[in-house]
Amino acid sequence: MSDAPSAYQPPPVAIHPAGHGHTPHHPYLQHHFDSMAQQAEASTLGMWTFLVTEIMFFGGLFMAYLVYRYYSPMGFQEASHHLDVFWGTLNTALLIISSLTMALAVRSAQTSQPAMTQVKWLVATMLLGLGFLGIKVIEYTDKFTHHLVPGPNFRWEGLYPKPAEQFYSLYFAMTGLHALHMIIGIGIMLVITWMAWRRTFDSEYYTPVEVAGLYWHFVDIVWIFLFPLLYLIGRHFHPGA
Amino acid sequence: MATTAAPLNYLNNGYGAASWLLTRDHKRIALLYLYSITAFFFLGGFFALLIRLELLTPAADMVAPDMYNRLFTMHGVVMVFFFLIPSIPAVLGNFLIPIMVGAKDLAFPRINLLSWYIYVLGGLFTIVAAISGGVDTGWTFYAPYSTSASNSHVILAGVGIFITGFSSILTGLNFIVTVHRMRAPGLTWFRLPLFVWAHYATSLIMILGTPVIAITVLLVAVERGLHLGIFDPALGGDPILFQHLFWFYSHPAVYIMILPAMGVVSELVQAFARKNIFGYSFVAFSSLAIAVIGFLVWGHHLFVAGQSTYAGLVFSLISFFVAIPSAVKVFNWTATLYKGSVSWDSPMLYAFGFIGLFTIGGLTGLFLATLGMDIHMHDTYFIIAHFHYVMVGGAIFGYLGGLHYWWPKITGRMYPEGWAKFAALNIFVGFNLTFFPQFIVGYLGMPRRYAMYAPEFQVYNVLSTAGATILGVGYLIPMIYFAWSLKHAPRAGDNPWGARGLEWEIPSPPPTENFTATPIVTEGTHQYAPSREVGIV
Repeated sequence: MSDAPSAYQPPPVAIHPAGHGHTPHHPYLQHHFDSMAQQAEASTLGMWTFLVTEIMFFGGLFMAYLVYRYYSPMGFQEASHHLDVFWGTLNTALLIISSLTMALAVRSAQTSQPAMTQVKWLVATMLLGLGFLGIKVIEYTDKFTHHLVPGPNFRWEGLYPKPAEQFYSLYFAMTGLHALHMIIGIGIMLVITWMAWRRTFDSEYYTPVEVAGLYWHFVDIVWIFLFPLLYLIGRHFHPGA
Repeated sequence: MATTAAPLNYLNNGYGAASWLLTRDHKRIALLYLYSITAFFFLGGFFALLIRLELLTPAADMVAPDMYNRLFTMHGVVMVFFFLIPSIPAVLGNFLIPIMVGAKDLAFPRINLLSWYIYVLGGLFTIVAAISGGVDTGWTFYAPYSTSASNSHVILAGVGIFITGFSSILTGLNFIVTVHRMRAPGLTWFRLPLFVWAHYATSLIMILGTPVIAITVLLVAVERGLHLGIFDPALGGDPILFQHLFWFYSHPAVYIMILPAMGVVSELVQAFARKNIFGYSFVAFSSLAIAVIGFLVWGHHLFVAGQSTYAGLVFSLISFFVAIPSAVKVFNWTATLYKGSVSWDSPMLYAFGFIGLFTIGGLTGLFLATLGMDIHMHDTYFIIAHFHYVMVGGAIFGYLGGLHYWWPKITGRMYPEGWAKFAALNIFVGFNLTFFPQFIVGYLGMPRRYAMYAPEFQVYNVLSTAGATILGVGYLIPMIYFAWSLKHAPRAGDNPWGARGLEWEIPSPPPTENFTATPIVTEGTHQYAPSREVGIV
């Protein structure tokens, strides 16, 4: 053991009798937090931090897209003409509206609206998300039937077969990962909706709705970048394109 | 402390498998990590021993070259992803950070438990990959060999690493939120222990870097499975892009391994020199500086891989910059020891070992950051020796030093000090005998990753293998006396070292909720009696 324990001074720490028992704890306050405010701050900071990791996660794919678009801009432009701008635009609109309904869901919990109001906004958000995924299924099916899925069955009549295949590799990787996030988001939303229906949330405790909302908005924002990168850049919008 | 009727603590508060496997107590989760990480350490060490045995002779006479490739790959994968990266954060960080910030637990206890399960699941994938034939790509999984040519279980091992990455991300996230939001009243940022600062910087790397390697190995798996053209030039991809994405994480990952060890050493130096750290805020900020600069130097792994000369020059310059905050730490530890009343307890021996090995590893890093030198020494044993000195010497000496220092707190028992000193000496001698000859043989031109080598290199390899044997014995000794100490060693008391810090104010082992009442901190926990600093000398 140490040869100089005599040099040890008492700690500069005062133990004070905690305020337990003075105020009744909120039923949703976890044991290791001191207050609802601390718990809410921890949860939102946790979600923000997680979203930072998500940005880095998608960042690898955006980096790959940037590199290959730089290598063959013409090929990427040509390949993107086979994406359907109508469906893409409709999906963008659906997602933006779903962000609004999500924000209203958070707001309704925050202002202690009746449980049914909260549920209504959450269900609307989920339906819009499902609409997005339905359209994605239509688009994916179209790519399958036109042999635009990379791999042995890939067929390309145009000038740049290799870059086109890369474009579609990235298209499926990026939109696929995004769709996976949507599915997870809808799963989270189901739990939140059930909790809202059980009258869990009010102005004192609405963190789960808020945190789920942050996630949902993030997934929307990723799409806001994917849509122009994949569907719009370099498009001429001439008749028949 | 009374020997009869032990007071309720986190160890005896609940028995049975469920009380451990479903626990949300950060201290119990730390022990779960301790067991699983130790298992992976000995698995990786077993591969290392086979490698060293094979290299006793210049011929590939023990295993065939293909098997040798699988051995060094599995050694690298297991050691990097399942030992070096999680060791200190997941065991010591998990155990100590909530206590050091005066909290009852980490911010997200359930996520903490989840991250252990994710670690085990990822480990199982990798073990299955190892049992079913292994991987022969090297732990770097360089494309296009990994995506198109290799006939080994790349996808399985890749999925294992992908999954384990989430464990690392969640741990980092938990630490960041805990340090931001759970600090006790009065515990300002500049009163935090340096251990916490080091883990905060580590967590930043974990959350910013790990997702990038996750998506990279995912792309390798997808390209291998579906023949997408991302990295394979035959399919129109770019293998250099793989290296950029891989090293964007894997260079900062070196600092995930070394920064927590630096945090441990900062605590040890203060406790056993009985002095305040010299230049507290410099040491704290140097952790952040290493984390930030660490993200800007990945290109020095691509000096010979086909990046432009100008990019190489810039990466070379920035790589030198990492030496500045690293040197700040070494100088400040030395300045702390200067005229301190240093006691030679076993944790301090590991701290001394760390400083020595890290200095050698860091200085040889300057050789490799130099563009022209690197071309000579690229992919030789010089680089093997360099990164073992930094990563392995650093992480293991920090880990073992920390484990010995906090063992009385974790278990409530001391350990046989004589044996501990012997083991520390054993490991130090074994480590240097293993890796120092590799600097020489690498400089002479022995390439890495070959089962066979020119006969004139044999003497160095025999020395190296002899060192590895001593090292292996050195690792076994603490295993034995730590296990022995649980039942037979004397009780430690709350603060056997007379050290400072919130963790030494509570009983050993700590109660489940750490503190009976929220502590109020009035002074930095690194303050070692400043008024008597002169008197001790």
